[in-house]
Amino acid sequence: MEYKKMLIDDLRESIDTNSVSSEDLFKEANKLAHEYQSDINPFVTIIDKYSCRAKEKNILTGIPYALKDNFSTSGILTTASSNILKNYVPVYDATVYKKLKNSGAVLVGKNTLDELAMGGTGTTCHTGVVKNPWNTSRLIGGSSAGGAASVALGIVPFAIGSDTGDSVRKPAAFGGIVGFKPTYGRISRYGLFAFASSLDHVALFSRSVKDAAIVTNVLKGQDDLDMTSLKDDGKDYVATLNNDVKGKKLFYIKEACNLEAYDNPSDMLVNTIENFNKVIENCKNIGITVEEVSIDVSILNALYPSYMTISCAEATSNNSNLTGIQFGNRIDGDTYEDIMFNTRTNGFSELIKRRFVIGSYVLQKENQEKLFLNACRVRRMIVEKMHELFKTYDGMIMPASGGIAPKFGERSDTLSNEYLILENHLVIGNFGGFPSITIPSGFIDNMPVAVNITGDIFKDDLVLNIANKIEGTMNYKGQIVGDKNV
Amino acid sequence: MYKVIIGLEVHCELKTNSKNFSSAKNTYTNMPNVNVMPVDLGLPGILPVVNKEACKKALKTAMALNCETPDEIIFDRKNYYYPDLPKGYQITQVTKPFGRNGSVSFLVNGEEKTVLIHQLHLEEDTASLEHCSNYSLIDYNRSGIPLMEIVTEPCIYSADEAVRFLETLRNIFLYCEVSEAKSDKGQMRCDVNISLMKDTDTEFGTKVEMKNINAFTSVKAAIEYEIKRQSEILDKGEKVIQETRRIDEDGKTYSMREKVDAVDYKYYIEPNLAPVKLTDEIKNKVKSEIPELEYSRIKRYIDLGISVSDAETIARDKNISNYFDELIKNTNDLNTATNWLTIIILGSLNKLNISINELFITPTMLANLIEKVSNKELSSQLAKNILYEAMEKNIDPMEIIKKSNIKQISNEDELISIIKNIFDECPEQVNEYLNGNGKVANFLVGKVMQKTNKQANPGTSLKLIKEELERMK
Repeated sequence: MEYKKMLIDDLRESIDTNSVSSEDLFKEANKLAHEYQSDINPFVTIIDKYSCRAKEKNILTGIPYALKDNFSTSGILTTASSNILKNYVPVYDATVYKKLKNSGAVLVGKNTLDELAMGGTGTTCHTGVVKNPWNTSRLIGGSSAGGAASVALGIVPFAIGSDTGDSVRKPAAFGGIVGFKPTYGRISRYGLFAFASSLDHVALFSRSVKDAAIVTNVLKGQDDLDMTSLKDDGKDYVATLNNDVKGKKLFYIKEACNLEAYDNPSDMLVNTIENFNKVIENCKNIGITVEEVSIDVSILNALYPSYMTISCAEATSNNSNLTGIQFGNRIDGDTYEDIMFNTRTNGFSELIKRRFVIGSYVLQKENQEKLFLNACRVRRMIVEKMHELFKTYDGMIMPASGGIAPKFGERSDTLSNEYLILENHLVIGNFGGFPSITIPSGFIDNMPVAVNITGDIFKDDLVLNIANKIEGTMNYKGQIVGDKNV
Repeated sequence: MYKVIIGLEVHCELKTNSKNFSSAKNTYTNMPNVNVMPVDLGLPGILPVVNKEACKKALKTAMALNCETPDEIIFDRKNYYYPDLPKGYQITQVTKPFGRNGSVSFLVNGEEKTVLIHQLHLEEDTASLEHCSNYSLIDYNRSGIPLMEIVTEPCIYSADEAVRFLETLRNIFLYCEVSEAKSDKGQMRCDVNISLMKDTDTEFGTKVEMKNINAFTSVKAAIEYEIKRQSEILDKGEKVIQETRRIDEDGKTYSMREKVDAVDYKYYIEPNLAPVKLTDEIKNKVKSEIPELEYSRIKRYIDLGISVSDAETIARDKNISNYFDELIKNTNDLNTATNWLTIIILGSLNKLNISINELFITPTMLANLIEKVSNKELSSQLAKNILYEAMEKNIDPMEIIKKSNIKQISNEDELISIIKNIFDECPEQVNEYLNGNGKVANFLVGKVMQKTNKQANPGTSLKLIKEELERMK
């Protein structure tokens, strides 16, 4: 039996029946991590020493996992894949890490990310690019690039990432795995290096909806150290996974999913929509109603610029602690200003500096009203629209992206108009703090594609339930790279 | 002569168990970097958790300063880089400060003065820096301590007014128990903005800012020095430079830097702290915890007929004032109560180096003693001696009176029998009285006092002597 193909339930059973030890699972994971590291680059740090000290045993006790390298892990190097933190060893534990440690989940490594979690390509990490294991000429997406690769490769059954715009749900799509971002505040952010606090979510990768529910069950709950964390809803997300979905209603946005909305749709787009329509058919087969809804295209077109404006503004402030004064990779200078200036000039890549400049610019007194506050208004408008739709619908279903993972160099941060909405609608989930999940829905050109389901806030259980049922209509549950579903 | 315009920005560290946004202790210590949590160091991933007590105290102070209060608590980020600011931004309040448009009244040389409060907000203190020869040290103990900033309108016109305002403000902090407000520990410090203008001018003169002055005496010295310095500049027809100055130990001010264009702090709402509604219920509860404040008490005492200076002395300290209020509830002799408190009690507190709450003599004990004097049961001198002894030995004055058998004989039958004995011993004086020399009654009272070791009630004795003698006429 290859453990790398197993889901959490089976691993649990294997451990409990002594057919494998937790340490053996760790050793296999560690071996795979080293094996793939040079080709794919999923890790900044691979842990070579087995450590499992469960304070309270639960379903994750003894199960290997990986953590994005922007979660504070005391005593373990945490770089956020940035030169400015390349030697930073934290002194405290993120709440998520602490919970997993107390559960006895076994950390296999710290995953590579786009520098400071800013970026969606997995190409801006200080230790090099992360490649898509399905096809190494393509990127895996980001920012949680290493986590997506580790789970897609079967190194670990689940990995913790962070999702500010789509940083888990997009790479999950490109990696053919599940990516789940619960309601804002469901999981404590304490210890997650802040990118844009009002948009940042702890999110996770797994290879089944059920595993996503299992991990969320362990991670959720109020944290005294995060005032935005939600009181535990007391729900067992696994228990309701198989609830009947007959009569549930989903919608998709016409302006993004209906080919008639495009002048000259590319083959890729046509194939993507075709894949999406197949999933819609599957939904209907299990009794879910799916309807087409129209949303003002000017709001939809404003999603990406508004996201950039808000996230850059918050990012420039959140990362102002990186000066080399307290910690980090200090570059000396004659005055404190010189030290800060040299440290930051040397420590950040050009892309990051560009975002900081944008963030600073939009917050300036003379620009704030027109740029930052208007972006906040767009955010409020789309969130209000979604709240209104969620009165009628149980969720929104959309293709997770406009196509398969791009090739390196194929595109940059700027996007073609064709994909403007389809590539960026996932930020709606961050704008409103909505629970949102990406599940694999097939392949185009031997590369995975996926759909995303987003529901109303607090309804994590319903989103997981619907996603689980839709997953059941397809054959991609538990798939890892190399499986012949293609 | 020029008209002086002063505005103050007062910073006050709030007294709370923990810091404003972390669970690190909020205590003063000389040992650097011991009261520090990851939040206070601005480490990656930290999140602020707001201190409820600090919010309550800021709100309480805002109400004590008669401010308008907001409908919800919101914090903002003030973004700037400095080595004492670990996060690279300070969490403060701009959008909805705890207080706006308040006012404080007080007496300056007996005249009422009202200072308008522009705003009161809650923020976090920075770390403290120590500059050495070619390096600097950072102490994060202060980083994140809840700091209240109070900004006045430019409506203060002299050093005296400024100092009296600061004293009044400090006493409000102490009365409301929001801060220890010790300036030597930097718990209360202020920035002074000062400009001079001619009486005929319609616009304010150039503003000079003096930063971080701790002691009130230094505030006075700095203002007086600046008035002199700026007057001399204007006298020469020259212009005052807009700048930031510091005050040195010699009482002179020195230029730190010329003011460049205002810094853009790129304020925006702190996303990690969701707004909290401030209901009327919360506001009323906080308001009900504000005691009667100093100025109200001063006015009340003056209305009672107490002198301005005594009223100010008593009301300066809430505990002394409370003691006094309790005292005058139990005695009608306001004059003696005032004198004894301000002179004997306060003097002894200084000597014994204790606070009034540590004083053994309760207001009731003191009132009982004062009553003995006003009833003429005890002479004032004797009573004072008893009071000093009582304070020294920590015993109830009444115990002293009882033990040394100093008890007043007021029983009329007992007194009459003593008086009759005296009449027998002094037939000449009795005759003198019967012949119309009324004054001789006092001599007879003296005899009674002599005979009773001064324990006879002199008033009752006189009355009885007169009655007996009249009957004999």
